[in-house]
Amino acid sequence: MSESKNKDGRTFLNPTPILDELTTGPWPSFIKAFKEYGEKSQKPLLRGAIDQLEFSYKTRLGYWKGGTVGVKGYGSGVISRFSMIPEKFPEAKEFHTIRVQPTPAFHYNTKELRELCDAWETYGSGIMTMHGQTGNLQFLGAVEKDVQPFFDTINEKGWDLGGAGAATRTGNACVGPARCEMACYDTLETMYQVMQNYKDQIHRPEYPYKMKFKFSGCPNDCNNSIMRSDIATIGTWKDAIVVDQKEVKNYIEKLGKDYLINHVAMVCPTKAIRFDKDEMQIDNDNCVKCMHCLNVMTKALSIGKVRGVTLLIGGKGHLKVGSMLGSVMIPFFKLDTHEDIQKYIKQLDIMIEWWAENALDHERIGETIERIGIQHFLGAVGLEANLDMVEHPRDNPFFIAEY
Amino acid sequence: MERTYQTIEHGVKHYKDSLHPVSKKNYGKWKYHERPRPGVLKHVADSGDVLYTVRAGTQRQVTVDTVRLLCDIADKYCDGYLRFTVRNNVEFMTPVEKNVDLIIAALEKAGHPVGGTGNSISAVAHTQGWLHCDIPATDASGVNKSMMDNLYEEFIKEEMPHRVRLSTSCCEINCGGQADLAVIVQHTRPPRINHDILGNICEMPKAVARCPVAAIRPTVVNGKPSLMVVEEKCVACGACFGACPAMEINHPEHSKLAIWIGGKHSNARTRPTRMKLVAHGLPNNPPRWPEVNAIVKNILMTYKKDAHDWERLGEWVDRIGWKKFFEKTNLPFDKWMIDNYRHARVSFNQSTHIRFN
Repeated sequence: MSESKNKDGRTFLNPTPILDELTTGPWPSFIKAFKEYGEKSQKPLLRGAIDQLEFSYKTRLGYWKGGTVGVKGYGSGVISRFSMIPEKFPEAKEFHTIRVQPTPAFHYNTKELRELCDAWETYGSGIMTMHGQTGNLQFLGAVEKDVQPFFDTINEKGWDLGGAGAATRTGNACVGPARCEMACYDTLETMYQVMQNYKDQIHRPEYPYKMKFKFSGCPNDCNNSIMRSDIATIGTWKDAIVVDQKEVKNYIEKLGKDYLINHVAMVCPTKAIRFDKDEMQIDNDNCVKCMHCLNVMTKALSIGKVRGVTLLIGGKGHLKVGSMLGSVMIPFFKLDTHEDIQKYIKQLDIMIEWWAENALDHERIGETIERIGIQHFLGAVGLEANLDMVEHPRDNPFFIAEY
Repeated sequence: MERTYQTIEHGVKHYKDSLHPVSKKNYGKWKYHERPRPGVLKHVADSGDVLYTVRAGTQRQVTVDTVRLLCDIADKYCDGYLRFTVRNNVEFMTPVEKNVDLIIAALEKAGHPVGGTGNSISAVAHTQGWLHCDIPATDASGVNKSMMDNLYEEFIKEEMPHRVRLSTSCCEINCGGQADLAVIVQHTRPPRINHDILGNICEMPKAVARCPVAAIRPTVVNGKPSLMVVEEKCVACGACFGACPAMEINHPEHSKLAIWIGGKHSNARTRPTRMKLVAHGLPNNPPRWPEVNAIVKNILMTYKKDAHDWERLGEWVDRIGWKKFFEKTNLPFDKWMIDNYRHARVSFNQSTHIRFN
């Protein structure tokens, strides 16, 4: 580690023997990055944060508490952090985080990224998280007086704050049509339009609890929307998988037919694949669009042409009824045009409004639907029950139907 | 100084200026992809255009200098564009094949391992920890670093049966999310209640409502209103701590780590699945968590040896059965690994299907 020594032979940073154990090894070290930048920039608040982190490693406890710091006009986007032990680490007294919405799928040009770095070097600690688990670009460590000028500087360049608290949260999309042949819809544009629709709710928390959106281009669900978002928009298609039999033959030559039978046909969830002679036959009526054969035989197989999305609702973490996966609410929705996306947003609006009116404090939409009953939800949002919503019909008799 | 600037409520930034020109030109018109070597993807468009991607690991908690260095590489070889993945990897795209080796060399020189593609162990989705979070019992960034040091060889190669997704989380809320294998804090004691400050800093009804098992009740301590926990009911989830910092759940000894396996969000072959508990009560032992990492490596290497091609970790266990999993990994099974929360019965064996050998 390059540590510049001061005149009296001391470095700017204080010794951190425990953290230093994380500077060795082949994986990139966040401690090494912090300390190199700390020596170079000589920012007292970064020194204070590193000192407090060393103390956390020593005592096995965290020492940050929340408060209320924000920017003018917004109710979220800044996560305030005050040290619980400022008398011990006065330089770490304030270390607020600013959540910024990156472009969909984390695409950047270097000019805009350098501008962000320059602004953060001026106003903050120089530490950033790329990226937070919800999908924010996070700037870690600024004192309160620098939060507003930092935001103003990057806002002028086109950046806006992300969500926090009982708000719509920053969205997240997979790389989609920008670089993937499996993208069944435009994840980037859909995310852009949906998040634009909710920008007021991102900046001004007004819900019972958080509301998260994620967009995956195909059922591989590369950004984990089914588990990590209340509203999961996952690409799919309705018609036949496109098979290039010439390329199938190349795979047979390369991998052997036994391999394809054992590792593609036999693991197909609906046994929809047969190899007859050297041709691959797919029973498309029975295909559930799981993606496995397409993932293994990328050159021979392509997604169908009638493309759209499946909407799954209710994904969330453990609190408080246990972790839940999103479940199908709309099996297929076409998202080909701007108008389609706007129609989709209208449908989402109705569902979110129902949740906002019916949810208890700190209750996610999946929990609300489960507590109140899906029949009530479907009626309120104008959806017809259909068999794609369930694995099987109910197995208990506790209901009164409308006859 | 008076602020004269007027905020522009942009919302999320548009992507039009942030895409590589080859991405933009062939937007939505990609034909197929190949993986020429670990860490490199080759996408071919209907137009015949080719786009190479080099993927590399990062610290996730970076500095402006780390980002500038990545920008230098992108300026030199990728026309000034780069992107990040949801697992904190950075991706460099170029249509020029000879740039691929140059990008790899530049990344490796800068200490960023190239890999994480195909059937590798990709980088860890993890949380903030002691660096920034207000409720962490451990430092997921450090767990991540020690874990990836230990699994480095599997990041830069593609030798696993299928892709492996990892996560770590600093509390039971599990912001790191579901994964093939996750390391998550497990509290083992009810919160200690700091009655001196509780009344001043907590909205008591909120803390009461937050409890999933209704174990928190109002009480009076030393003449002041406060809260109490019915300890027999408490499941030590830590939910109340988020609402009320006086419910001190974190403890240097009693906050332990647990290992969960078999989460899968992809729909490929089998339906998405949630993770199951396979080890708990492990020491929260910074800065390198050796006890946790030994078990993580053991599980992943057993999976590597035993699973069929294209079997995710959870699918492998589904095939061989949980009893064989615990046998092969030599992990102890105990009664606390049997669910006793809501819907527990759906995880019981309601059949006579048993493997006796």
